[in-house]
Amino acid sequence: MASRDDIKFLSNPNIGSKRSKYCRFRKFGIKHIDYKDTAFLEQFVNDQGKVLPRRITGNSLKYQRRVATAVKRARHLALLPYVTDLLK
Amino acid sequence: MRNYEVTFIVDPTLSSDEIKSAAKKYEKILADAGKIVYVTEIGLRQLAYPIKNRNTGIYYCVEFEVANGEIIDKMELSMKRDEAILRFLTVKLDKYGVKYNEDKRAGKIGTIKKKKKVVEEDSRDKRRNNRRKKRDAPAPKPKQEAAPKETETATTTDAEN
Repeated sequence: MASRDDIKFLSNPNIGSKRSKYCRFRKFGIKHIDYKDTAFLEQFVNDQGKVLPRRITGNSLKYQRRVATAVKRARHLALLPYVTDLLK
Repeated sequence: MRNYEVTFIVDPTLSSDEIKSAAKKYEKILADAGKIVYVTEIGLRQLAYPIKNRNTGIYYCVEFEVANGEIIDKMELSMKRDEAILRFLTVKLDKYGVKYNEDKRAGKIGTIKKKKKVVEEDSRDKRRNNRRKKRDAPAPKPKQEAAPKETETATTTDAEN
């Protein structure tokens, strides 16, 4: 029986699994999300102004909820639009 | 002592005196009740959507510290009745929020730099642009000039010999 080292593949089976997502708030120790900082919040919003899902942004649940409340506060203060077509 | 932050938008169509007095009125209410940590006048800003048919507004942000939150209800009620104030939002700040604001004022928090969008040329655009360059380029020198140059070089070589 061939050992694991002997088995060679035409293409590396590990390919495509490299980029591991992480929560940028936990990694860099960011504790407070400012609703007034639109440049920061626009990272978590798509070009229609909708909040991006957690599986796309990589945020943990705790910080995804905080991001969502920050975006909603910014929308109330007209710093971000509720709905649009040309945000980015 | 609790820390709060209130951000409000003042109508930009008023005269600058009225705008300042509207903001000062709420500063005074808060200063009497507690302690004002900082007042930020963010100034005239484009609104993301029109409010009361206005497209811009003057943003103020007041961070203050009070013993209890009774003043907040009164302040919000007077803001709601005030026609000069378009929107307001009061937020309770936890210790991380207070620290964030302090660092922001000290300049320790950086801003995000926007990456410039590099528009890549696809092959069709490349061919079109090359054709345009050839069409717009100055007319090439006529071939007659090339002939005398050749004869000149011929004569010099003869002279050397």
